[in-house]
Amino acid sequence: MQLKHKKIAGLLSAATCSLLSTPLQAEVGDWDVDSAILYYAEDNGRVQAIEPVISARKELGDEEAVSLKLVVDSLTGASATGAVPSTQVQTFTTPSGKDTYTVAPNETPLDDTFKDTRVAYSMNWEKPYDRNNRRNYGFNLSKEYDFTSVSANALWQHDTNQKNTTYSYGINLEFDQIEPVGSVPEPLSSMMDQNKGSATDSRNVLDLLVGVTQVIDRSSLFQINLSLSEADGYMNDPYKLVSVVDSVSGEPIDQLFESRPDSRSRQSLYGKYKKTLSNDDIFTASYRYMTDDWGIDSNTLDFAYRLKFKRGYYLQPRVRLYDQSAADFYRYFLLDTESVPTEASADYRLGEMQTTTVGFKFGREYDRQHSWSVRLEQYVQTGDGSPEEAVGQLRNQDLYPDVTATIAQFSYSFVF
Amino acid sequence: MKPAFRWLLLGTLLVLAGCSSLGVKPWERNILARDDMLMEADALDLAFDEHIYFSKEASSGGQGFAGGGCGCN
Repeated sequence: MQLKHKKIAGLLSAATCSLLSTPLQAEVGDWDVDSAILYYAEDNGRVQAIEPVISARKELGDEEAVSLKLVVDSLTGASATGAVPSTQVQTFTTPSGKDTYTVAPNETPLDDTFKDTRVAYSMNWEKPYDRNNRRNYGFNLSKEYDFTSVSANALWQHDTNQKNTTYSYGINLEFDQIEPVGSVPEPLSSMMDQNKGSATDSRNVLDLLVGVTQVIDRSSLFQINLSLSEADGYMNDPYKLVSVVDSVSGEPIDQLFESRPDSRSRQSLYGKYKKTLSNDDIFTASYRYMTDDWGIDSNTLDFAYRLKFKRGYYLQPRVRLYDQSAADFYRYFLLDTESVPTEASADYRLGEMQTTTVGFKFGREYDRQHSWSVRLEQYVQTGDGSPEEAVGQLRNQDLYPDVTATIAQFSYSFVF
Repeated sequence: MKPAFRWLLLGTLLVLAGCSSLGVKPWERNILARDDMLMEADALDLAFDEHIYFSKEASSGGQGFAGGGCGCN
């Protein structure tokens, strides 16, 4: 995923570069290298990730350039399965079906066999078509032990209004193949039965993007993007469960594999504003509204303020606020007295939630060919842990535990 | 298309229509030409953020494509 965003960010960056008289960091023939390492850690032994990345861009002359990027993503820790807590010890089968793990009374079930390493490559080629038009092509490959993603994209950009306005038109085609540990589970079948189907399944994704970048005055500009995304195929998380509980006691009596729709259609509107103030500080604000046919609506606000100091030092506080409504088929649990619906997921990521990210970035730009920065942020995710529909012992449980994560990043950029 | 999205889209088009006369002359771009005024300044930060939030939330994309590319959601 990040591949995709880096690639399109790179493409749009090229557009903005051209729009703004092409401020190049590197001379023709030089490699402009960005490197970074991210550490992400959730509290209470949940997910931890270490993610080094290196990205290199080479100017070929006449505004033509190629970029390459390599990302390695190493994940460990425990992930919430979607199953509800119980007053009793619960025993779950691992995804392979060959082993079991237990969850203590009144604890949120977590699958601690969660471990993954992802390697992602991307390349991009950008070349002007004429004075006011540019084309960009990208290719991406991402591989995990149970997931492979291949995608290709193209972006056309047109400058007008003395290069004060740039229109962008992008398309991305993606093919994902899922090869879950223990094969693909039958949706809404019992975990106990281990009713598994084929070894692999797949989905296709089509993304379209139309955007405008507009210079407002000497110190400010804005960007507006409209995005459409259509995904078809296997949309489940093969490791997520939905509990069936006794309608009186609230004790879980079965665990089913989740079932999502086999397609998803999303639209989003994104706006970003950036301004250099009279003291040279920079204010950035962005907003995104997203809606989809799963019933999820979300709002994202992001603010950053870069305070500039002498000798190239800067400090950039940042706040991100996010909220989303639940998917239509999101259920905390199913009751044993109801007929099993055709779609149900207890994946907390599809539930109603609010999240906040607060932090800062501190860095130094020595000159246009050399810089470093450190970023430190805290991410907090909250939801309704005591829903009205809770029955029996579930009324005493936290059915949507908060997630708190620390995000730390070190970046270093140079030219050679 | 949901009504809220339709209204946002309409508002956006009106704003864009009103902005057609905005802009600066080529010799007035000294501030805009700075690297930290690029819309995609700190591209690696943006990429990391997208990966994190794609993994933890149900929304993605906006500034770029919304697709997947990762088995984390």
